[in-house]
Amino acid sequence: MANLLNEEVSKQIKEALSPMQNEITMVLFTKESGCNTCEETEQLLTEVKALNDKISVEVKDIDKDKEDVEKYHITDVPTFVILDDNKKYKGVKFQGIPAGHEINSFLSAMVFMSGLDLGLDQKIVERLSKITKPIDIKVFVTLSCPHCPGAVATAHSLAMLNENIEASMIEAQTFQQLSVKHNVSGVPKIIINDEFELVGNHPIDAFLTELEKI
Amino acid sequence: MFNFSIDKKTQSSEFDQIKKWDFLVVGGGPAGLNAALYAKRKGLKVGIIVNEIGGQLNNTTWVDNYIGFSMIEGEELSNKFLDHVKQLEVPILKGVYVQGIEQVKQDFNVSVSNGKEYTTKTLLLATGGEPRKLGVTGEKEFTNKGVTYCATCDAPFFKDKHVIVAGGGNSAVEGVIDLVPWASKITLVHRSQFRADKILLDKLNDIDKLDIHLETQIISVVGNEQMTGIQALDKHTNEKKLIKADGLLIEIGTEANSKLIKDIVETNEREEIKVDLNQMTSVPGLFAAGDVTEQPFKQIIISAAEGAKAALAVNQYLIQIYKGE
Repeated sequence: MANLLNEEVSKQIKEALSPMQNEITMVLFTKESGCNTCEETEQLLTEVKALNDKISVEVKDIDKDKEDVEKYHITDVPTFVILDDNKKYKGVKFQGIPAGHEINSFLSAMVFMSGLDLGLDQKIVERLSKITKPIDIKVFVTLSCPHCPGAVATAHSLAMLNENIEASMIEAQTFQQLSVKHNVSGVPKIIINDEFELVGNHPIDAFLTELEKI
Repeated sequence: MFNFSIDKKTQSSEFDQIKKWDFLVVGGGPAGLNAALYAKRKGLKVGIIVNEIGGQLNNTTWVDNYIGFSMIEGEELSNKFLDHVKQLEVPILKGVYVQGIEQVKQDFNVSVSNGKEYTTKTLLLATGGEPRKLGVTGEKEFTNKGVTYCATCDAPFFKDKHVIVAGGGNSAVEGVIDLVPWASKITLVHRSQFRADKILLDKLNDIDKLDIHLETQIISVVGNEQMTGIQALDKHTNEKKLIKADGLLIEIGTEANSKLIKDIVETNEREEIKVDLNQMTSVPGLFAAGDVTEQPFKQIIISAAEGAKAALAVNQYLIQIYKGE
């Protein structure tokens, strides 16, 4: 397969990854057959890995690596999680290829998982630390949606700062069944604990207010 | 295949270092970004507060009427504006909403959703607009259940489906063009005649799967779990008809995002802000530019130009009129 990233794009990604602090690991789940976008997702991760030596990639099989599937709550493929330098899972997940506009949420997740300060206000961090119930955030996106990466990055920041929160970007076309289940026909659509919903790219405090209601 | 808009958030601590700003800009579309550019060049202490850079440019796939750039993606143009502003190191506080603007003597206090408050000698509201609603039964109920206001975001959900586009201006015609790669059928419905540019209208001639119903008013959106169609009134025959469809893209213009100051400044009946020749509102020191004002032609270049005018006028105001400390 030809390269996904041309010279110009590689240069931009390399530059965007330059603030990375510590090592990160991306664990990608694929399967042997019946997965249309697994191959290109793996290729994207491999090509991005080559642009920064702090990145490692592990590829797992959803049908074989059961222990990891359970550990990272994997339900379908292609899905990948980003782990910190201690290989700790902090709830940052991508379901589907983060191409198109989602390249931005992908880059932001890598840089911040590597330990770059999220730069959040202390008040936000304090409010966030008070969330003790398990929270699952699904952010449905399309790759052509300019408002979506912001919503994904916000959800991922929440997950990075509180171990009770797990946040996933879900590419609506690849995960069509899941999109239909949650009546997604406008994005970004955010589903919290499979029950509460929010549409649009909201500031982190507005997002947090929704979580505090749960 | 990749659309970059990478930008590091300005930490609020950087923003907090300034005790009193000369000029704060609320909004990061063409008007706000250009105002910041001009103000910084004048040497003003200027900062931008915004949730999402680009404003309505983000909802535009192609821009073909900003001179110097033919057929440029909306987001790319916004990135170019931002790059230019960033070269001048204008602090930008991103990912927040402004919650209140209060006048204190000659100054303005701006309270932001991050819990902070900032003080400025002058302020520009460049908060643009949001999609105008049809205001018909069923529209709210089926929003994101078939009804959408963002073609670029939601077009993929209309793969092999029939989509109605409401409107007759440039945005509606562009919406039709955005849907062509996805929808199996497109029906454009507009209550009067086209007001889009001829150059755009000409492009519609080549779209076989497009039906056009002019002089047709949408009365309601109907459906069950998802929308299934619209009821419309044919103004020629005065007959009501049901048009079955899976989606409705509403592109009928914008409503001014003026709620932050509409109670303290003069507005027109559409709640668009009235400004003088220097973009100043009825409150001295408080300026407005772009789609939030009553200026009738909502165009990128006009918004950008109004931002520049506002910044130059702010500079003059600070020298000649401002009497605070």
